[in-house]
Amino acid sequence: MLAVKGLTKHFGGFAALTAVSFEVNDGEILGLIGPNGSGKTTAFNCISGALPCTAGSIRFRGEEIAGLTPDAICHRGIARTFQIPRPFRKLSILENVAVAAHFGAARRADAAEARRRAREILVTVGLPADGLASTALLGAAGLKKLELARALATGPRLLLADESLGGLDPTEMTTAAELLRRIRGELGVTIVWVEHIMATLMRVVDRVVVLDHGEKIAEGTPLDVAEDPRVVEAYLGERIVLT
Amino acid sequence: MRAGRLAGAVLLALLVLGPFLPMGGMRQYVLHVLIQILVWSFIGGAWSLMGRFGLVSLGHGAFLGLGAYTVTLLWNAYGLTPWLGGVVAAALTIVVALVVAYPCSRFQVVGHYFALVTLAVGEVVRLLIIAERNWTGGSLGLSLRASPSDSLLAMQFADKRVFYYASLVLWLAGLWIWYRVDRSMAREAMEAIGEDETAAASVGIHVTRFKMGITMLSAGLTAIGGVAYAQYITYVNPDTLAGIGVSLRIVFAVVLGGMYSLLGPTVGTALTIALGEYLRVVFGLRLIGMAETIYGLLLIVFIIFLPAGIYGSLRDAVTRLARPARLAGGLS
Repeated sequence: MLAVKGLTKHFGGFAALTAVSFEVNDGEILGLIGPNGSGKTTAFNCISGALPCTAGSIRFRGEEIAGLTPDAICHRGIARTFQIPRPFRKLSILENVAVAAHFGAARRADAAEARRRAREILVTVGLPADGLASTALLGAAGLKKLELARALATGPRLLLADESLGGLDPTEMTTAAELLRRIRGELGVTIVWVEHIMATLMRVVDRVVVLDHGEKIAEGTPLDVAEDPRVVEAYLGERIVLT
Repeated sequence: MRAGRLAGAVLLALLVLGPFLPMGGMRQYVLHVLIQILVWSFIGGAWSLMGRFGLVSLGHGAFLGLGAYTVTLLWNAYGLTPWLGGVVAAALTIVVALVVAYPCSRFQVVGHYFALVTLAVGEVVRLLIIAERNWTGGSLGLSLRASPSDSLLAMQFADKRVFYYASLVLWLAGLWIWYRVDRSMAREAMEAIGEDETAAASVGIHVTRFKMGITMLSAGLTAIGGVAYAQYITYVNPDTLAGIGVSLRIVFAVVLGGMYSLLGPTVGTALTIALGEYLRVVFGLRLIGMAETIYGLLLIVFIIFLPAGIYGSLRDAVTRLARPARLAGGLS
């Protein structure tokens, strides 16, 4: 579905990503992991068009998308969430999601139809469906759900979920991981998931790609990757415990 | 809500009947002030279309001046009717606005920096008018060539009442456009862009297209306001129609009234014009500068203590007071 080849991103003299290649298959949940500063979020920014990449090719469903603007990439069916939630504070919760349903890939031209779809999505992610409240009333978990709802409302085929669980307590984390699995199951959305919290991620994903210092150091099933000596080294000898 | 609609209808009826109410010798003066309020409210409304979404322009005087001078020069030099001249003026102004706004949008010149760019544009237009004195009249300004008699084609009438009704229609048209924008999905898109362009683009909003659209609308309407003002005053001057002075006057009036509400720009404009007139009459030629000082101080006080504007704050207060009553009504 998505084929990233030789993706390179330099910030001045600093190489944030060096020739990173990986593929995402239709219908899978791919985990993208790595220590802080390994280039995970930069990879998302390049794929979603928020940052222009220095070199490399990004093909989505056979079409080259590197160099397209973020809105054009959204219209082709890639949605993203942000590591630090970026809600539109002046809009209500419902409007936040409805605006995505209206302008996203699903293009619900009719405002009432966009609102109806937004309510459905709010129920899916577990937010109150009336959505009239202000975003100021949402806590950390609520804002993460809103990020997901807004991304899903655009009607994506591929969801780039950036560290969806940071700042949540263990129960909320399990619920959120379960939610991603449901999104794949019910909406048929393929997911690339960037996450720090390894144990939760490893239980949900089908495959993992590991980045370190902007380079891909491993790829495979969660079990294989956890045993990989380079991965163990990258995480300072901390072994990833699979439960 | 019903009370609000009733009040609106009464106000509109008063405005329509206004010129025929007994006012003694004051009629011409009152009409003059009302026309000014209506035209400047229209211009303020046009400004707030951008201002409310964080596109704070301090250079709308440029659009006003372009509109007024284009229509006046076309009429004086070629005898082109202001009806067509107005269309040309609006089109030209929109093109200039795009030339300024497009690079700003592409290079993410937003917020304070956008305000500074527009401030410079306003001054550039004023200085250009002064510099090109051979055909613009320079700092002395330019009088509209008078048509021999009342003429619809020339948009010139001896009777102020004609201008009064024309500006009333213009004002209502401005309110209608503002309302349509407020009720469209474009408003939500613009709110989203105003807050976070990256996040807005990530949900499929074409940031540049929306910013250009609202800029074109705002600039075009402002130019039409300039045309209306020039036709009424029949005299254009670079200091009253371009540059920092008039640009800030528009902004102050709207901020004072409240830029997030339909009638905010009108209330703000009416108050600033009424206040300016009152201080002018009270002080006359005594204590030169005192009127402006008081005017400035009052503006600062209002802007600090009523950030949503006078009308915006009042409306919020009324809504808060009315809410318990409405809930009770809903339950019974």
